Amino acid sequence: MATTKVSGGDTPMLLEIDGLSAGYGRIEAVRNVSLAVGRGQLVALVGANGAGKTTLLRTISGVHRSSGGRVLFDGRDITRHRPAERVRLGICQVPEGRQVFGPLSVADNLRLGAYIGCDRRVIADDMDRMYALFPILKQKAALPAGTLSGGQQQMLAMARALMGRPRMLLLDEPSMGLAPLLVEEILAAVNDLRKQGITIFLIEQNAHAALSIADHGYVIESGKVVLSGTGAELLGNEQVRAAYLGI
Amino acid sequence: MKRLAMPLLALILLLLPLVLPNMYYYDLVIRMTINAVIVLGLNLLIGFAGQISLGHAGFFGIGAYASAVLPTHFGWHPVAALLAGAVATALLAALVAKPIFRLHGHYLAMATLGLGIIIAIVIRNETGYTGGPDGMAVPPLAIFGHEISGEREWYWVFAANLLLSVWFCRNLMDSPFGRALRALHGSEVAAQVVGVDLARYKMAIFVFSAFFASIMGSLTAHYVGFITPNVADFFHSIELVTMVVVGGMASVFGSVVGAVLLTALPQALAAFDGWETVAFGAILMLFMIFLPRGLVPTLAARFGRGE
Repeated sequence: MATTKVSGGDTPMLLEIDGLSAGYGRIEAVRNVSLAVGRGQLVALVGANGAGKTTLLRTISGVHRSSGGRVLFDGRDITRHRPAERVRLGICQVPEGRQVFGPLSVADNLRLGAYIGCDRRVIADDMDRMYALFPILKQKAALPAGTLSGGQQQMLAMARALMGRPRMLLLDEPSMGLAPLLVEEILAAVNDLRKQGITIFLIEQNAHAALSIADHGYVIESGKVVLSGTGAELLGNEQVRAAYLGI
Repeated sequence: MKRLAMPLLALILLLLPLVLPNMYYYDLVIRMTINAVIVLGLNLLIGFAGQISLGHAGFFGIGAYASAVLPTHFGWHPVAALLAGAVATALLAALVAKPIFRLHGHYLAMATLGLGIIIAIVIRNETGYTGGPDGMAVPPLAIFGHEISGEREWYWVFAANLLLSVWFCRNLMDSPFGRALRALHGSEVAAQVVGVDLARYKMAIFVFSAFFASIMGSLTAHYVGFITPNVADFFHSIELVTMVVVGGMASVFGSVVGAVLLTALPQALAAFDGWETVAFGAILMLFMIFLPRGLVPTLAARFGRGE
């Protein structure tokens, strides 16, 4: 089992978080969290509403400032890096609530995802790959992204993040507000991406769905990590079953 | 509609001289086009970056006085003076904005408010160069040996200038830079996580719009031939912001419409004799209550053609 010990330099861990805290004014939403995500792994962080999941993710992508602790990516301290610099290092986030650029066309949304890239041909190739991954986006390429359904917007948000050629994909509640069938479809797509070798850090309220595809999982409560283990272990854990799975 | 808008604007500008009865109307239309170009730049800042500048008249004033002072006292060529003024304005804007865009919130409004007032005071007090509150004459603008003079000639200069600016802004919107701007407008978080550097972008737009304002200040000074510190006045800044809001934020043609309406309005209200400021204020309030998104975006939405 991978441990969460932080050691700089050449480690099997792609992302390491060491004693990270973050909050809003005097309210601490994330308290002294340490966790790690190994290369090529799919790691899930589950917890209830308001447990600090989104704040933690936003601190990793740099959209939110941390108030203590360190974030290491590929052995490098990125705690003070700006979001744009982190995107360049290969950290791409799919933000909570999808946040597609509504008035812009689906194709423009994808182009924006490749904002840091510059080679037009590479971008065109990547767009074709996204259309192959999510064929519905190709059909709707010229339409404003705001006209897509929730599930389609989620696919677009993921495709947009993938356009940045991430080494690590941060997913914030991809199942939020989607019908159960769509949740399965989205999580299947996430699983496929992992098989393609992209490291994924997934945040979910839907604990069962997330843990069943995760290599490793963490449970967060009131800003603190209270449990960790493999996906299967957590799914079998009495506490988790009672608190999050309703079994 | 969107594709027709550019040719339509060109056609209007081309045909206007046929219907303008006298120099007074020429002057009015010229002032509209001047304001329209400044508002185009300001609208990029307000509409897309979500920041308000209350000092654009100050930037306008720097351009105007650069074109008056540098040729008069230092013998510069007017074109060199125009460029020097614009570059100086851009540098000043960058200097002021750099620390501000690291913060969240509307601090730019405060900073530019102060900056605009400082610029106006400097112009007023440097009587040796600027003539102080009495104003100063501006030497004529000569390009390729031809001296531009008279409302008719200036009309074509400003009409061409407006058309170019509109064309430029619309192309800008479709460029990668414009895509990033529209992303910023849509969702700052999403823009950040695709790698758009918010601070850098907001700064670029602000500097760019200040640059625009300065160039228009220079041209206006040459056109009018005599300027006073009032060009850099705070109320002028407010007027410009109002044009953006009335025309419609983040809308290229909204900028033009806002500038045309609010330049014409005081003239149309002259009949109210002493009450025109009150009427002006009342009309603005009605706009805010009934058309909070601005004229052009509201109409575009009403007729099913979103901008």
